[in-house]
Amino acid sequence: MNAIVPLSSTNSVGCSTAPVLKERGQREVFCGLTGIVWLHRKIQDAFFLVVGSRTCAHLIQSAAGVMIFAEPRFATAILDERDLAGIADIDDELDRVVGRLLDRRPDIKLLFLVGSCPSEVIKIDLKRAAARQSRLYAPRVRILSYSGSGIETTFTQGEDACLAALVPTLPRETADAKPCLLVVGALADVVEDQVARLFDALGIAPLRFLPMRHATDLPPVGPQTRYLLAQPFLADTARGLEERGAKRIDAPFPLGAEGTTAWLRAAAEAFDVPASRFEAVTAPGRARAEKALSAYRERLAGKRVFLFPDSQLEIPLARFLSRELAMHVLEAGTPYLHRQHLAAELALLPATVRLSEGQHVDNQLDRCRADRPDIVVCGLGLANPLEAEGITTKWSIELLFTPIQGYDQAGDLAELFARPLVRRARLEV
Amino acid sequence: MQLTLWTYEGPPHVGAMRVATAMQGLHYVLHAPQGDTYADLLFTMIERRDARPPVTYTTFQARDLGGDTAELFKTAAREAYERFRPQAMIVGASCTAELIQDDPGGLAAALNLPIPVIPLELPAYQKKENWGASETFYRLVRGLVGVKRQRVPGERPSCNILGPTALGFRHRDDLKEISGLLGRLGIDVRVTAPMGATPVDVSRIGQADFNVVLYPEIALAAAQWLEKAHGQPFTKVVPIGVGATRDFIAEVARIAGVDASKLLAEESSRLPWYSRSVDSTYLTGKRVFIFGDGPHVVAAARIAGDELGFKVVGMGTYSREFAREVREAAKRHEIEALITDDYLEVEAKVAELQVELLLGTQMERHIAKRLHVPCAVISAPVHVQDFPARYSPQMGFEGANVIFDSWIHPLMMGLEEHLLGMFREDSEFRNGAAPSHLGAGAMAAAEPIRVGTPAPESPLARGDDEIRVAPAAPTSEAFAWTPDAEKELKKIPFFVRGKARRNTERFAVERGVATITIETLYDAKAHFAR
Repeated sequence: MNAIVPLSSTNSVGCSTAPVLKERGQREVFCGLTGIVWLHRKIQDAFFLVVGSRTCAHLIQSAAGVMIFAEPRFATAILDERDLAGIADIDDELDRVVGRLLDRRPDIKLLFLVGSCPSEVIKIDLKRAAARQSRLYAPRVRILSYSGSGIETTFTQGEDACLAALVPTLPRETADAKPCLLVVGALADVVEDQVARLFDALGIAPLRFLPMRHATDLPPVGPQTRYLLAQPFLADTARGLEERGAKRIDAPFPLGAEGTTAWLRAAAEAFDVPASRFEAVTAPGRARAEKALSAYRERLAGKRVFLFPDSQLEIPLARFLSRELAMHVLEAGTPYLHRQHLAAELALLPATVRLSEGQHVDNQLDRCRADRPDIVVCGLGLANPLEAEGITTKWSIELLFTPIQGYDQAGDLAELFARPLVRRARLEV
Repeated sequence: MQLTLWTYEGPPHVGAMRVATAMQGLHYVLHAPQGDTYADLLFTMIERRDARPPVTYTTFQARDLGGDTAELFKTAAREAYERFRPQAMIVGASCTAELIQDDPGGLAAALNLPIPVIPLELPAYQKKENWGASETFYRLVRGLVGVKRQRVPGERPSCNILGPTALGFRHRDDLKEISGLLGRLGIDVRVTAPMGATPVDVSRIGQADFNVVLYPEIALAAAQWLEKAHGQPFTKVVPIGVGATRDFIAEVARIAGVDASKLLAEESSRLPWYSRSVDSTYLTGKRVFIFGDGPHVVAAARIAGDELGFKVVGMGTYSREFAREVREAAKRHEIEALITDDYLEVEAKVAELQVELLLGTQMERHIAKRLHVPCAVISAPVHVQDFPARYSPQMGFEGANVIFDSWIHPLMMGLEEHLLGMFREDSEFRNGAAPSHLGAGAMAAAEPIRVGTPAPESPLARGDDEIRVAPAAPTSEAFAWTPDAEKELKKIPFFVRGKARRNTERFAVERGVATITIETLYDAKAHFAR
């Protein structure tokens, strides 16, 4: 709808009006609890307490890899029969568990009570519990809640729910505040630092990030705030920011050289940065990204790729793979298609791409096999079975766990797709 | 409500998946919300399975809860039958679906599928993974086993092998080892289940003379029912270790009425001689802590004590179902068993007991890393490393060989220990060099243990490492050592220096000594001498 993105000479509408195959069935994706794996790394003094079942604990443990850290900043309060039968008072139980946790971890400044499928189904009011406990532990610890349940959230939507819970607690910007830029969505620290240097060189200040690295560094928000999404899965967070008066800068997402330039340019234009300055500041990064990408383009051009739904990064990825690496995208599946936030992306996507939303995994596997792709982007549950069928795969979860945004990661992002193909070509067994 | 950082066992439906995934021609329709499909990757990644587990998840969402989740289940079950054409189906609910009470069993029955459909009731808020596997296998056996065949006189004795599943600790190789032993005894194996069996195979279980129960945590309930309903006796000895393997052979021979003397005389494990050879002298009295599932812990304690000459200073299990057996075994070592599924409690115990070798699960492997204690894995929960490419059983005589190697190699070699001590002061010798077999990375173990060591080995591990004080590990920051005492401490070989420091500091705390002198050091040494 508002694809006014001045970055490409082509005026095509791409996939903006393309039909979308909507599917319903078994979904081979994580639930929103999984976001804890990267969120707890990002906010370094926050703790995530899932109120759920043994399944929830097992899921996070499996998704995070077994026991990476001595004592992680996440845990599960496992509900048992007594809680369900009402023999134990849920409020008392929660207070006891939170008390024990905070005694053990005096370094924690922000605690998230994270709802799960069982806690949602039996309607445990975590919001109220969080408010009560906040009063108890203020000012040392703030306690918030959000739901990462699979009945409401898919994988990266957990981050959306977490950030959306933070938004109402952000301080109001001062009456005399100047226009400021807020970058929204978790980025690896190294990427965040690169982005900060670029915006600084462009003269855009003040610049703030959500999520913040420390619980106490809450960015202020208000009518002077322009926000730029760094991730495509933040619908609720965006809505919350709009309610606080902030305005979104429409842009594609910073994947690849083209995406990063368009993303930076959207902000630069919103802050009236002269075009010459923009050119001067971004030229070195664009040149480095182009150089890094050219090596992979040779290897990947013309390869046929199929993306299973996973992180909602699929549309920007498909745009990057087709436009910057000349790959042929057969299907781009996404758990949820947010047309407004992805408008700029959809306009850039070749109209030949089959778009699908939701999932019926067996039907999708049928389509995938029929397409005979050169490489499939999918979750870990599907990767080895597809490899065993002779289909090369790229684990999608790596796209969340490694830095891929910005100029200096454009080559790394391409390499993630090149490596499985190189490996398959190399092996003689 | 129980605060849990890490869990030894998954929920019971994961146990059911381990049974279904091990079998052929069986399909599991699981009423579950989005996200529960994470369990697939346990099988495809940890065990590197080349096919998806035979599980269909109904994937209901919040917006379905007001509507018709039951219809969703029926559609999923019908589609699964049409697509996969299994010989039989199991149906059930995960933790969330249990709360919405849709009755998968009743719904599936209403579909009138032309195959047996076995409903599973796996209470997710009371029970755990091993119980779920056991219950599932028991229900399958009850639901499918046909009539007992009358034995034809003169026929070779026959048995079934019960227990091996997907994601089991070395089940694949144990099965091969034990099948070989039974073959050498002249006993036919009719059905192996769950691993590799079809529902039709399971229906023939009643035709064998007796059952070999390899993994009681999975197959005991089924075997007890088969004994009652079909008159099939079953084996009680788990053949892990030389002694237990010999006992197992004798037990099988007695049940089958065959002569085992030839096989027993030919015993082919190297463990007994390796254990008697002089290099093994240094193993004497090494302080061992054992933790894992019940049967593996009981077996490991016997090997550690009787076959390797270690001192078992602690043992325990996360399987409450086997608490009695483990407590009884602990009594033989004059210790109290630790029955818990809280890994922090296990870690505290290991630190407290000054353990020299930790035998446990993947969780204990991480505890050992943090405390710089040598470690070997003896039980599930498993990790990708527990599915080695090579043949590596735990059971039988070859299993005893594997156990000897995998428990002894993490320890310092006998002679090497002495040589390091002898040459320590030589100028050519770099004090702090690691024993050769531990590789270049092992040097860090020389100094006292203060921080948790991150292990970003998971493909899913992300970026920067968190370094935290392990809660139970003693810290030396608070202690003042006189310069003389520090110097004296440096004369102690590096590989025991950390322990000497810890012991001395613990001794100082217990006696309220503020400053540690050479005297304190040697007082502590005398105190901890054994």
